[in-house]
Amino acid sequence: MESCNCIEPQWPADELLMRYQYISDFFIALAYFSIPLELIYFVKKSAVFPYRWVLVQFGAFIVLCGATHLINLWTFTMHSRTVAIVMTAAKVLTAAVSCATALMLVHIIPDLLSVKTRELFLKNKAAELDREMGLIRTQEETGRHVRMLTHEIRSTLDRHTILKTTLVELGRTLGLEECALWMPTRSGVELQLSYTLHHQNPFGFTVPIQLPVINQVFSTNRAVKISPNSPVAKLRPSGKYMQGEVVAVRVPLLHLSNFQINDWPELSTKRYALMVLMLPSDSARQWHVHELELVEVVADQVAVALSHAAILEESMRARDLLMDQNVALDLARREAETAVRARNDFLAVMNHEMRTPMHAIVALSSLLQETELTPEQRLMVETILKSSNLLATLINDVLDLSRLEDGSLQLDIEPFDLHGLFKEVINLIKPIASVKKLFVTLSMSSDLPEYAIGDEKRLMQIMLNVVGNAVKFSREGGISISASVAKSDSLRDPRAPDFFPVLSDNHFYLRVQVKDTGSGISPQDIPKLFTKFAQSQSLAAKNSGGSGLGLAICKRFVNLMDGHIWLESEGLGKGCTAIFMVKLGLRGRSNEAKLQYVSRAPVNHVRTNFTGLKVIVMDDNGVSRMVTKGLLVHLGCDVATVSSGDECLKVVNNEHKVVFMDVSIPGIDIYAVAVRIHEKFARRRDRPLIVALTGNTDRVTKESCMRVGMDGVILKPVSVDKMRSVLSELLDHGVLLEAQ
Amino acid sequence: MEVAQLQKRFLELISTVYQEGFLDDQFVQLQKLQDESNPDFVVEVVSLFFEDSEKLLNNVATALQQPIVDFKQVDAYVHQFKGSSSSIGAQRVKNACGAFRNFCEEKNLDGCLKCLQHVKNEYALVKSKLEYLFMLEQQIVAAGGMIPVIP
Repeated sequence: MESCNCIEPQWPADELLMRYQYISDFFIALAYFSIPLELIYFVKKSAVFPYRWVLVQFGAFIVLCGATHLINLWTFTMHSRTVAIVMTAAKVLTAAVSCATALMLVHIIPDLLSVKTRELFLKNKAAELDREMGLIRTQEETGRHVRMLTHEIRSTLDRHTILKTTLVELGRTLGLEECALWMPTRSGVELQLSYTLHHQNPFGFTVPIQLPVINQVFSTNRAVKISPNSPVAKLRPSGKYMQGEVVAVRVPLLHLSNFQINDWPELSTKRYALMVLMLPSDSARQWHVHELELVEVVADQVAVALSHAAILEESMRARDLLMDQNVALDLARREAETAVRARNDFLAVMNHEMRTPMHAIVALSSLLQETELTPEQRLMVETILKSSNLLATLINDVLDLSRLEDGSLQLDIEPFDLHGLFKEVINLIKPIASVKKLFVTLSMSSDLPEYAIGDEKRLMQIMLNVVGNAVKFSREGGISISASVAKSDSLRDPRAPDFFPVLSDNHFYLRVQVKDTGSGISPQDIPKLFTKFAQSQSLAAKNSGGSGLGLAICKRFVNLMDGHIWLESEGLGKGCTAIFMVKLGLRGRSNEAKLQYVSRAPVNHVRTNFTGLKVIVMDDNGVSRMVTKGLLVHLGCDVATVSSGDECLKVVNNEHKVVFMDVSIPGIDIYAVAVRIHEKFARRRDRPLIVALTGNTDRVTKESCMRVGMDGVILKPVSVDKMRSVLSELLDHGVLLEAQ
Repeated sequence: MEVAQLQKRFLELISTVYQEGFLDDQFVQLQKLQDESNPDFVVEVVSLFFEDSEKLLNNVATALQQPIVDFKQVDAYVHQFKGSSSSIGAQRVKNACGAFRNFCEEKNLDGCLKCLQHVKNEYALVKSKLEYLFMLEQQIVAAGGMIPVIP
């Protein structure tokens, strides 16, 4: 054996096997070298592969493997030691890298796997989103359709247009073959086909309302699929093989009265219409959920639109009705006015015509009474007189009443003697009463004013009527009249709930009560008393005459005087009490006060004599003081002069009537002095009047003087006449109303 | 001198006095206050006025000569003087006082001094006129005549 520095292969070279190994190694190396190249190429292309450096590692591993195999090629034959070293190095490196790669792969492969799962997950999600998108789109479409439909439906207030439009639009949107509306008949037991989309002449077709399919639809507010064979759906000419699906929905018919402000009409409505929708036959279309929803929404909208239309119709009808009524009322009013006028004319004429002969009869019969007559003749004349007096009264009453009724009667309001009125009534009544042996008493309360303002004549008429009735219906006993001023608690009478007397300063309510001990009135007759011409049987039986108008007229007069009149009686035979209250004006007080405000100064007389009037003059300017004093002395006053506030307060006493203060005194607070004077004399009567003398009468000075309680302000210089009138006014009124 | 002449002079004086504004209506009022119970009313008042005025004017002059002038005090004096003169009816004096007061408010010493002079002049004028008037009255009365009354 040659000693060469070479390594012997381990196994003996077997030519064929060697050759095969040689070739395989070569190809392996080739593959090992090309794979990384491919990887790099494709990774470069893809740019999303996240494990770049793993690739590098892998590449290194493969390259080294390839290198190893390549170097192996040289080891089949005799090779030098260098080759062996290189081979060893390559193998070592390969080992290292491959181990590293193997370790690396342990980390990476789970990640790669999870990437796969995530991918699957995302794919699912995407599919789901797609589905939802589809749904939303459908809904949006539906919404659009609904809006459009609603718009169409609500754009009119005419019932027919609404319904027709609904059907047309629904048909268009949903692609329906037929669409129909069944309305309940007036009787409510049948549904009548009222509107269809394509079917001409739908009238007359009715269906009983109690069908189970109809009940089913009416019981829910959802659209219900019904069988195409049900009577409501049998609209199309049969003969088609596959009838399209049919859906029915109820349409609530809301009545005007169902609309409350706060609660939406829900279940109180019982009337429904039926809307039937049919899909085209021979198409495989099904009703989708969103289509059903659309139908339901439309049904609701139709209900609302219909009710609006109904409201409008209603209000238009009401308006027409009102207009007609107005016209009728107007006509009636005019007729009434004409009638009243005619009656008044008639009355006026008749009145005059009737009174003239009346007058003749009465006059002549009384004259006849004066002449010589036989007793029978006298009796006859007396009867004539009595009857004609009665007739005259009747005529008067009727005329008065008619005037009262139109409201054309006006009270003559004037001041009159109230006490005198009562006395006169007594005087008039006394003779008649004494003939019937009845006593008459009058009591007037102490606060009853002597004078009042009102219609004396009519008040007298009321009194006479009431008292006359009392006398008329009493056979024994007497009449007691009491007059008083109504106090607030007695003003409200439980029997007169509508009587609301209002007290005011210038008026008082006169309350007169006339009590008799006569035949009384039964309670059921009391309401009739004040009605015209109505006399109860018992009264008529006594036949005391009178037309029954008296009390009616009294009541009217009393009402005109803002008052109230009523009768009380405990029953037949128990006497009767008539009470009335009328509003009268008060004389004196307020009216006179008003007068005084209106006409002031010129009316006041000016005094000229102030002899002995004690006054104080406060002024620190000697000259000015002397002048003022001279002025007052000239007018006869007894003047004391002071030059300071303290002096003034010391000197002033309750004998002094006026204090004149010069306001321009510096350093002395005139106002403080005035206040002190007020304090010194607590009672107004003792206090002297305080008057300021000032050279300027601006508002500030005036206001300050008034504020501290001065009674007047005088502008200097003061003339004799001015001082005279000032003193006069001060002493008369206690205050100077204007700055003089 | 005769009564008539005296009376004529009296009337002339009176009318001058009123026309030139030395005295105004207030003086007339004063004269009205004079009656039997108060025969010398006017003279008394006027004498008092003269006394008062002398004092006041002196006070004002002194006050204005102080190194630091107390304008408030001066104003107070002038106010008093104005009051008295208006009570008498010395119109021009009163007006002069009014102007004086304005200067006092402005604290204008020069103006005040000038006004003081003016006031003094006016006062002197009216004083002399009044004194002459009284003298004439006395003479008329002494001569047995009646003091003419201005219509």
